[in-house]
Amino acid sequence: MHFDSGDTAWVLGSAALVLFMTPGLALFYGGMVRSKNVLAMMVQNLGTIAVVSVVWALVSYSLAFGPDAGGGFIGSLRLAGLAHPNAPVPGLHLTVPPLAFCAFQMMFAVITAALLTGTGADRMRFHGFLLFAAIWSIVVYAPIAHWVFSPEGWLYKRGVLDFAGGNVVEIDSGASALALAFVLGRRRGWPRDVMAPHSLPLTVVGAGILWFGWFGFNAGSALAAGTLSSQAFVSTQLAACTGLLGWLVVEKWRTGHATTLGAASGAVAGLVAITPACGFVNSMAAMLIGLLGGITGVLAVSVKFRFRYDDSLDVVGVHGACGVVGTLLVGVLAQQGAGGHLFAQQALAVVVTMAWAFGLTYVVAQLVERTVGLRVSPEIEVEGLDTAIHAESAYDFGNVRAGRIGG
Amino acid sequence: MRLVTAVIKPFKLDDVKSALETFGVHGLTVSEVNGYGRQKGHTEVYRGAEYTVDFVPKVRLDVVVSDDDAADVVDVIVKSAATGQIGDGKVWTTPVDELVRVRTGERGPDAL
Repeated sequence: MHFDSGDTAWVLGSAALVLFMTPGLALFYGGMVRSKNVLAMMVQNLGTIAVVSVVWALVSYSLAFGPDAGGGFIGSLRLAGLAHPNAPVPGLHLTVPPLAFCAFQMMFAVITAALLTGTGADRMRFHGFLLFAAIWSIVVYAPIAHWVFSPEGWLYKRGVLDFAGGNVVEIDSGASALALAFVLGRRRGWPRDVMAPHSLPLTVVGAGILWFGWFGFNAGSALAAGTLSSQAFVSTQLAACTGLLGWLVVEKWRTGHATTLGAASGAVAGLVAITPACGFVNSMAAMLIGLLGGITGVLAVSVKFRFRYDDSLDVVGVHGACGVVGTLLVGVLAQQGAGGHLFAQQALAVVVTMAWAFGLTYVVAQLVERTVGLRVSPEIEVEGLDTAIHAESAYDFGNVRAGRIGG
Repeated sequence: MRLVTAVIKPFKLDDVKSALETFGVHGLTVSEVNGYGRQKGHTEVYRGAEYTVDFVPKVRLDVVVSDDDAADVVDVIVKSAATGQIGDGKVWTTPVDELVRVRTGERGPDAL
């Protein structure tokens, strides 16, 4: 087999860029939680990288991209354990080695599961969440990836367009987050007590890493280095910018202040919205999608207060809502095929993805909660997860804690 | 001896310290504190959710002086800390029974 070295270099580099998004997410979320829980947030993200990567190699890659096992619903286990690493990926005409594609998609599985740490902030057990993430990536992520990303998947065959994961990553994580929020329940004191971010500078650095990594996520999804990846790259940048501006304008109008957290969140909202569309629309449409993403995000994060579910760091509001907006807008703004038929397919994908992700996540989370436990005890929640679970504190500002080795 | 305690606006600390040095007070203890009086807290906004922060950052000064100086020191602090705005703080004094300089063991006014 002959592969294009330029394409291969770009896809491998993009895989590394997408991996970097998860430590970025750890900073983005870590800054938003209270100082007693920042390390727990970060180690949950690191743990997710490890667990989901291993599960991906063992089974989920094969379930997502292996030869279809029937009806476009799930892949077979022929590629389990990364067997047949040089066999062509069914349906795809790649100019890169199949393992490069596998590595790139592995990082998508990682970041999607990692997003769920944001919903469970301040109250999830470490090993409970890792078990949840392992099962979740098999029963929720892999099937949806097969339906939408694999050319043998049933939604792909219906013509659904999802360039880089509006369905597979964003709507999937958003709907799953809602179910997880219901199973976990609200944090003690929410929404009465102040649970303000403890370090927005961390959040801004994290948002910057996410933004940077998103170029690999979106432009890398072209799976080749050329005109398509270039368009996706430019669309990604423009949508992040209009998303940021859209969020700030609405925020200024509603609360009287343009905030740092709003700027960081708006950029992410714009990036989420352009994810399904970045290779299918022109630059002006990308700006519009990003703008609508930013506006959607700033309005959607208030919904949880009305319906009283504690989606702590707004995975539903940002990834779910903006993912839906971007996915539907592909049906309106795609350069090829836009119209009623495509819009209907996009809407079908939205509904089916939400239903599967919400339903199965609810079951998996309940299963874990009732066996090993997913939520910490009230004592641990009050003390803070960092010292209670991990025996560490993030910040030591002085020497008044008078300790000695060995206690 | 009396302990003079003042809670003032943080940005007035330099002015108060200079005025006290000019007056002849050569040592004081400063701590960062939070509280509220008639000046209520402020509002912070995170993703549209408004939080009212009740406690306002202030600086607290503690200085022990002789009985004769206490009233003057209070005046010095009040003059140098005042802005005329709400939230300027408070100054109060309390009697001190005993004072020891740790290094030399001097006691009473000698330790001032």
